Amino acid sequence: MLERLKSGTVNVGGVDLSNHLLLAAGVLGTTGSSLRRILEQGAGGVVTKSIGPVTCYGHPGPCIAEVEGGVINAMGLPNPSRAFADELAPLSGKPVIISIFGGDPGEFREVAGWFAGMAAGFELNLSCPHATGYGAALGSDPRIIEECTRAVADLSFPTWVKLTPNVTDIAACGRAAERGGATAIVAINTVKAMRISPELKRPVLGHGYGGLSGKAIFPIAVRCVYELYEACTIPVIGCGGVSTGSDVIEMMMAGASAVEIGTAVRDNPAIFREIASRIYSPDGVEPDSIIGCAHE
Amino acid sequence: MSDGIPVAVEIESIIEETPSVRTFLLSREFEFRAGQFVMVWVPGVDEIPMALSSSSSITVQQVGDATAALFRKSEGELLGIRGPFGNGFPAEGRILAVAGGVGAAPLRPLVVTGTVTCLLLGARTRKELLFAGELSGMTRVLPATDDGSFGHHGPVTGLFSEVDVGSYDRICVCGPEKMMYAVLSLLDKEGIAERGYFSLHRYMKCGIGLCGSCCIDPAGFRVCRDGPVFSGDLLLASEFGRYCRDASGRRMAI
Repeated sequence: MLERLKSGTVNVGGVDLSNHLLLAAGVLGTTGSSLRRILEQGAGGVVTKSIGPVTCYGHPGPCIAEVEGGVINAMGLPNPSRAFADELAPLSGKPVIISIFGGDPGEFREVAGWFAGMAAGFELNLSCPHATGYGAALGSDPRIIEECTRAVADLSFPTWVKLTPNVTDIAACGRAAERGGATAIVAINTVKAMRISPELKRPVLGHGYGGLSGKAIFPIAVRCVYELYEACTIPVIGCGGVSTGSDVIEMMMAGASAVEIGTAVRDNPAIFREIASRIYSPDGVEPDSIIGCAHE
Repeated sequence: MSDGIPVAVEIESIIEETPSVRTFLLSREFEFRAGQFVMVWVPGVDEIPMALSSSSSITVQQVGDATAALFRKSEGELLGIRGPFGNGFPAEGRILAVAGGVGAAPLRPLVVTGTVTCLLLGARTRKELLFAGELSGMTRVLPATDDGSFGHHGPVTGLFSEVDVGSYDRICVCGPEKMMYAVLSLLDKEGIAERGYFSLHRYMKCGIGLCGSCCIDPAGFRVCRDGPVFSGDLLLASEFGRYCRDASGRRMAI
């Protein structure tokens, strides 16, 4: 029998959310209207597509490979850069977190500066596994994580840092983000992966390798959240392969203060409302009582 | 099939349909509904959405890098295919089909099902009227050309005066967006916008409803998954006919 949580608003890492369930970055986050659709479908908050310092059209296709238990993607961080502000207009006052990326601390700060005050907070993409010079290229080095985080956190808006699992010691990355002033850590981004077409004798993604998401990576995400909960004092937001209410509870027991859902939205944009109806109840237990309870 | 990586298909033959349009016959049949599309991978170049013009063919106009690369392919060469994806056209009732240019490609299999009572077929010139001969044998075809070289002189919407549009259960439309928008406006004026079914073209990356690059305003519908065919009432007061987005997500006027 799944333990029910008391429903109500929550504050995680400085951001007020209407529940614990967020849309993960990179999924249906290119347009303001699709983000609003997900909020109307019951998400407690939404994270946008990652926005960077220059307009980017992404990698050549195929950008997606559906595999057993998940999806490998190599989109290549397509984004309209500063013009994304147009998409945010219909979302004023809503729990929207803007995912941003840059090639160095200065670029992170520049992009954050454009959108300062236009959303509830920032999520720093230091974890995309397939963009040369961005994402995990920076986010594998704790020193760079700390500098990029500080460059944005200094603006005094809620600053979440999304980490890559493609490192030996994710706890060290989490501690670096915390030292840099992050208000929360998001774990995990996708797991570096590849498939090859036996007939065409080449990788099935235009970029070669990409990042695996979906059910297949849920155990990796749970392990990372568990480690980060022990290593850090700021909240951890769980992300990676969550597709059921039971997954949400499990992630929270590992130490997640909120949970992001991405790949599972593909088959069911109404997943947020469905999961909420399964995990919440007016007479449920205090959510804080289960966050990290697996560590006791 | 849980594995959705592209399947390799051989190009069995290439048919020059018009000076700018070719049909690529593929070595594999796909179960599909008229109006559904596949993601076509030209190895080493890119992957693009293409409507199926039959269970084993795509019919393509050369418009960009990937279609140009496709046009350089020869019989016997391999492509990767994902799909079919999307909803397709409804095939029930008495149907009027309206095609502009290569927009005849997804409507061809609808005509083949026998439910299309009349097809309004538009193109720039007589030589660009796609599938005109073949489809004339299956339904009543009324042609229109921009240059007046055959049929009605002017846009395909000029043919609406020759049909009793209100007598049709569904009006299935595919072609340039300006043309489709003109059809929607005509149907709206008649108070029957919901009978129109329009196959939208938007930049797509994933094709499976995940990335969001093809979402349309203001409802946030995913063209690849919730569409590509939408009824006219859902498109009134939308971005349809006004703007779309490029590969970066930046808005561009139609």
